[in-house]
Amino acid sequence: MSVIVIMIGCSFLIAVGFLIAFIWSVKTGQYEDKYTPSVRILFDDKKNNK
Amino acid sequence: MEKTPAFTETLSSCYHCGDTIRGERVEHEGKLFCCTGCKIVFEILQQNDLCTYYDLHETPGTSPSTIEISRFDYLDDVVIQNQLLDFTDGRTSRVTLSLPTVHCSSCIWLLEQLYKLDAGIVESRVEYLRKQVSIKYLHEKTSLKNIVILLVSIGYEPELHLDAVDKKMESEITRSLYFKVGVAGFCFGNSMLFSFPEYLGVDATEEILKTVFSYLNLLLGVPVFFYCSKDYFVAALGGLKKKIINIDVPIALGIFLLFARSAYEIMTQTGPGFIDSMCGLLFFLLLGRIFQSKTYDRLNFERNYTSYFPLSVMTKKNGVETTVPIATLKRGNRIIIRHGEIVPADALLLQGSAAIDYSFVTGESTPVEKVLGEMIYAGGKQVGGAIELEVMKEVSQSYLTQLWNNFNQSMREKGQLSELSNTVSKYFTIVVLAISFGVLAYWLPKDMTTAVNAFTGILIVACPCALAISIPFTLGTTMRIFGKNDFYLKNTSVIEQLSRIDTIVFDKTGTITHAKKSSVEYVGTELSKEEISGTYSLVSNSAHPLSMVIAEYLTAEKKIVDNFAESLGEGISGTLEGAAYRVGTRDFAGKTKAGNGPVNETRSYVSIDGTVKGYFSIKNLYREGLSGLTASLGKRTVLAVVSGDNESERPRLQSLFPVGTDLQFNQTPSDKLEYVRALQSAGKRVMMIGDGLNDAGALLQSNLGVAVTENVAQFSPSSDAILSGASFVKMQDFIRFASSSMSVVIASFVLAFMYNVVGIYFALQGLLTPVMAAILMPASSITIVLFTTITTQLLAKRKGLL
Repeated sequence: MSVIVIMIGCSFLIAVGFLIAFIWSVKTGQYEDKYTPSVRILFDDKKNNK
Repeated sequence: MEKTPAFTETLSSCYHCGDTIRGERVEHEGKLFCCTGCKIVFEILQQNDLCTYYDLHETPGTSPSTIEISRFDYLDDVVIQNQLLDFTDGRTSRVTLSLPTVHCSSCIWLLEQLYKLDAGIVESRVEYLRKQVSIKYLHEKTSLKNIVILLVSIGYEPELHLDAVDKKMESEITRSLYFKVGVAGFCFGNSMLFSFPEYLGVDATEEILKTVFSYLNLLLGVPVFFYCSKDYFVAALGGLKKKIINIDVPIALGIFLLFARSAYEIMTQTGPGFIDSMCGLLFFLLLGRIFQSKTYDRLNFERNYTSYFPLSVMTKKNGVETTVPIATLKRGNRIIIRHGEIVPADALLLQGSAAIDYSFVTGESTPVEKVLGEMIYAGGKQVGGAIELEVMKEVSQSYLTQLWNNFNQSMREKGQLSELSNTVSKYFTIVVLAISFGVLAYWLPKDMTTAVNAFTGILIVACPCALAISIPFTLGTTMRIFGKNDFYLKNTSVIEQLSRIDTIVFDKTGTITHAKKSSVEYVGTELSKEEISGTYSLVSNSAHPLSMVIAEYLTAEKKIVDNFAESLGEGISGTLEGAAYRVGTRDFAGKTKAGNGPVNETRSYVSIDGTVKGYFSIKNLYREGLSGLTASLGKRTVLAVVSGDNESERPRLQSLFPVGTDLQFNQTPSDKLEYVRALQSAGKRVMMIGDGLNDAGALLQSNLGVAVTENVAQFSPSSDAILSGASFVKMQDFIRFASSSMSVVIASFVLAFMYNVVGIYFALQGLLTPVMAAILMPASSITIVLFTTITTQLLAKRKGLL
């Protein structure tokens, strides 16, 4: 049983981490524009080589 | 960067905007442009090393509009700035501008490189789907006016309008929904973990663990109960206050009892409680809400006239021209309206030749010509040269504003809540309450504990979670499928309305006819190649819509026209290579035996050197497949046409619509509204399909108002749904699909009831254990979600909508 306690304790901590990450992502507006970032990531920063 | 020479032959397209080059071509560094505007944009980008723009996407540009820079002088006005800016601290400001011409990845790239073009811009970010750019800039280095001018010069003219930005409120609501789902999901997962030791069985030596875990469980239940389920309690109380038992009542009751009984059991150490079931319930309910709340960001269903009015207008006082905000216009002010601008207030024409396009008000795009001293109503768009007007009424008093306000007053409150789920939940709640109190009465004399257990157990297990999520998931899926077919609904309850429609009222112009396309036909002596290019050159010099239609029809080589003259309301004339061309009305062109023709077509006569060659007949073009659509719609529903135009189209409409269709002509906006209202008082469920502001009243009054538009991002009056003109012929499929979606909802109700019956069977005997609830409740939710989404998709596929 004590194994379960350790497991549950760890998974709870991990879950708290994910919850905080989720709240942060909502707060910074990452769910507001779900399209543009997918295009933006494909742009090269600078085309000095050309 | 080398282009293949394949299309440099005859049909070359512009390197910048991709339009086919007609007539004159502009060459620059071996690249072809359709106009100097496009070339200038290319040069600007080239000088600033921004040619990646052309690498990301071929011909990504938009030809910049040629408007005078002085038109944006009003943007220096602090009052106007404050209305537009999102944020300012006097030194840096942030502004969000809507740019309708954004259309590809190159646009995103270029607009996010704006800081290279203007040193004052700190950062610019594009929201592609909303076609918006948010720009942060420094006051000391640039100004709002400069930014707007920069955007105009590279082909992205912002839409500057005064309608309040309500979008922020909306995004706050969805944000809080996301938070709630996050919290509920977190608590759901963890409370399941905490419940494991209980369900797996603990030996007596670790009894303490059980206690600790059950308290932790209760702790997890607190935010779910007080935060995540808040909306359900508010809605349930709101319903009860109005004496309606909505679906939120049994849900709120279930949640309350789940929490209360769990808290009691845990505190008294008499049982493990149902916290995991409660968290799961809320998680699925909220997930359904998110699924349903998906709205179309780029569409606006609540538009009113202010969304289309300019922010300011040019006024003239003692010969000095200044721009002022339209709200400050007073009676007697002189205003100047240029080509393409909207008349903001009812005014008298003082100077210039006015051709007013009232398409925004009536849906009819052929401009109406006005003579000096005539009244021009607000909402008309000037086509042609600049005109000078004297304001007769302030903006808030104008005919259009009054009309609009009347409509809004008469607008009945369209229920957001689903009628079906409310009816079902009313009976459902009554039955469940009856059973639970019956059981309470039965057990109470025998066994107090079992009585309470059975009573609360029934209310918990009967909590209509599956019932409540079947509507969002079915209708949410349906709405997405409609969206893929360019039929955009305001919310999911529109689907229910759509499935119950029994009468359809059509507007004519712009709805069943093409708004922009007209059919042109030339009748008369055949024109030689020179004559065609001569006529083309003449008409392409004029901004009159008829000229533009003919120019598009002819499309030939462009020559230079001498002595070009435009006679208001009559026609245009000019000399080409020694020959005198006249295009216009019959009397203007010259003597001819040809008659005036039927009223339903517009004729433009052509004469060369005094001889009438023939005429161009221009007719409204009905949408393809219209008669097929009306024939199939007419089988199940009553059809009617209300048109603001005269009777001339009656014979054609009679041939297009089934026999017995009511055709009404010369209808004013309020006539249309009254027509719909009369049908409704006769017990009909009316769908109104229209396009202009003149239909706005009828659209609001009808059970389901559908606005048809050629470009969904552009103007449409406020409505329940926006339909792209191209998908108009699919109307019948849409209605049928809406009905089958409602059948899916009913089928899933039956499925949900079966779970409830099983649950209640155990609860009746006071035997509902937490394990059972923990299995039964998520299982029912998941089956409903799978059943509804899969069935709806399959149905859509069979109907060819997916």
